Amino acid sequence: MLAAVVLLVASAALGAMVGPAGRISSANWHIIWNIRLPRVALAGIVGAMLSVAGASYQGVFRNPLVDPYLLGAAAGAGLGATLVFAFGRSTTLGWPVDPLPLAAFIGALVAVLVTYSVGASFGGSSLTLVLAGVAVAALCTAVQQFLLLRHSDVIKEVYSWISGRVSTATWSDVRLVLPYVVAASAVLLVHRRHLDVLRVGDEEAASLGTEVRRVRLVVVIAATLGTAAVVSVSGLIGFVGIMVPHVVRLAVSASYRYVLPLSIVVGAAFLILADIPGRLLDEGGETPIGVVTAFLGAPMFVIVLRSRRRLA
Amino acid sequence: MSSLGFHQVSVSYGRQVALHPFTDTVKPGEWLCLIGPNGAGKSTALRAVAGLARHEGTITVDGAPLAARSPRRRAALVAHVPQSPLMPDDMTGFEYVLLGRNPYVGYFASESRHDRAMVADVLDRLDLAVFADRRLGTLSGGEQQRLVIARAVAQEAPVLLLDEPTSALDIGHQQQALELVDRLRGEHGFTVVSAMHDLTLAGLYADRLTLLHQGSVVATGTAAQVLRAETLSEFYGVSVTVHHEPDGTVVVVPRRSSSE
Repeated sequence: MLAAVVLLVASAALGAMVGPAGRISSANWHIIWNIRLPRVALAGIVGAMLSVAGASYQGVFRNPLVDPYLLGAAAGAGLGATLVFAFGRSTTLGWPVDPLPLAAFIGALVAVLVTYSVGASFGGSSLTLVLAGVAVAALCTAVQQFLLLRHSDVIKEVYSWISGRVSTATWSDVRLVLPYVVAASAVLLVHRRHLDVLRVGDEEAASLGTEVRRVRLVVVIAATLGTAAVVSVSGLIGFVGIMVPHVVRLAVSASYRYVLPLSIVVGAAFLILADIPGRLLDEGGETPIGVVTAFLGAPMFVIVLRSRRRLA
Repeated sequence: MSSLGFHQVSVSYGRQVALHPFTDTVKPGEWLCLIGPNGAGKSTALRAVAGLARHEGTITVDGAPLAARSPRRRAALVAHVPQSPLMPDDMTGFEYVLLGRNPYVGYFASESRHDRAMVADVLDRLDLAVFADRRLGTLSGGEQQRLVIARAVAQEAPVLLLDEPTSALDIGHQQQALELVDRLRGEHGFTVVSAMHDLTLAGLYADRLTLLHQGSVVATGTAAQVLRAETLSEFYGVSVTVHHEPDGTVVVVPRRSSSE
């Protein structure tokens, strides 16, 4: 927690102090308050949400390789965003509501909804849900690729969106997603004990008195809503949702009582950290944060795995 | 102590009938052992009681139908030890046994101090305290099996269902596990229904045996009544010798079918 606060301050300051050191001018205050801080806040919120949603998905599907995009949230959001780009991003600039996050949000929700109803109609076991998710994601990706071939002029914009970014964050983005993230995280945290019961399998959990399907449905709804909300403003930031829960598991405990709350803190800190190199590396533009998370995250993950093995 | 009643209980998987209408009453504190060849319906009967297999007919505990209970209430009455329990490698022994308290913890609540103290006590009494902080992945099959039984004890359900509790254990650990169940039955007054393959062990520990074949009861009674060479050869298709020890123990020994 303390580390997260320190990171927050450091990250806000980094890059802002371009002027002479000492007093902070009012222009710098403007930069810190309106450009740096919302960016830091959004990175933290997105990192926290993707991590806690990833951990929850791993819990209800009892599969450590699962991320919050499992049931088609990413493919649906990607398709939604592609639709907006393909049908003319420039014409939407004057609209009172930016359709891009809205389309991504709706795309993610619709994809997961379709996955869940298809999976449930074939019995609703976690395997049928995962398979339905694969099918829905494939379908969304196919439509997206078809659109991109027809509108090859927007490929760069779409890929930049897919790679994820928090660089253009404003306070209104933060205000937009914060309620979803707070509500979703609260619901998921309530279920941390239930996720521990699910670790012994659907059947044994049921014989211990847990209503497995209801728990799974509530957790998937909460995790999906939160994920769709953050994806709508930040694009598809990968790897966080898989890596952060595992780091917590390896470093602290595999019990969801610890994994869920700590994923929120570690996920927020990690994405704030991952947002820094992207600003500094590339003079002209910004390296997308989704690229940095994987680039930084993969070696970090290997180091954690190695050190843990040595301990065990 | 509680009684367990089966009234015309039947289970079908699609068109396949796994258990034909089954009626029996297990008396409070009694140990009933279901025996029979693979696919006879032993596990199915236990799963029906645990609420894991959809069934016709009525299953009662102390005369009250289980189907009317909420899943949590049912779990407070019936504890089920599955044939091959899923033991998460990275879960500790304490966390595992604590799962037994699940029926008593509210949806939004966490385990109380009483729940934790009770689990610590169960681990102590079962000589499992040394495994409290160990990960399940580092334990042997016998140690894991004792933790599964400990979880069922922590569940404080008067009816204990054991599906092949000893199939994965060596002879020493088989005896240890069954002695443990028998001791707990004495201490807690559990009513036990088990499914077992080892006929000698079944006869040694259970008060009564029920032989199932293709989903139907073909014999029920004491070990001496059920474990007869001609009965076993008819339903298992084996040739065995049955010895009666002076202390009443019935020993079933397989025989080579062709002696040269």
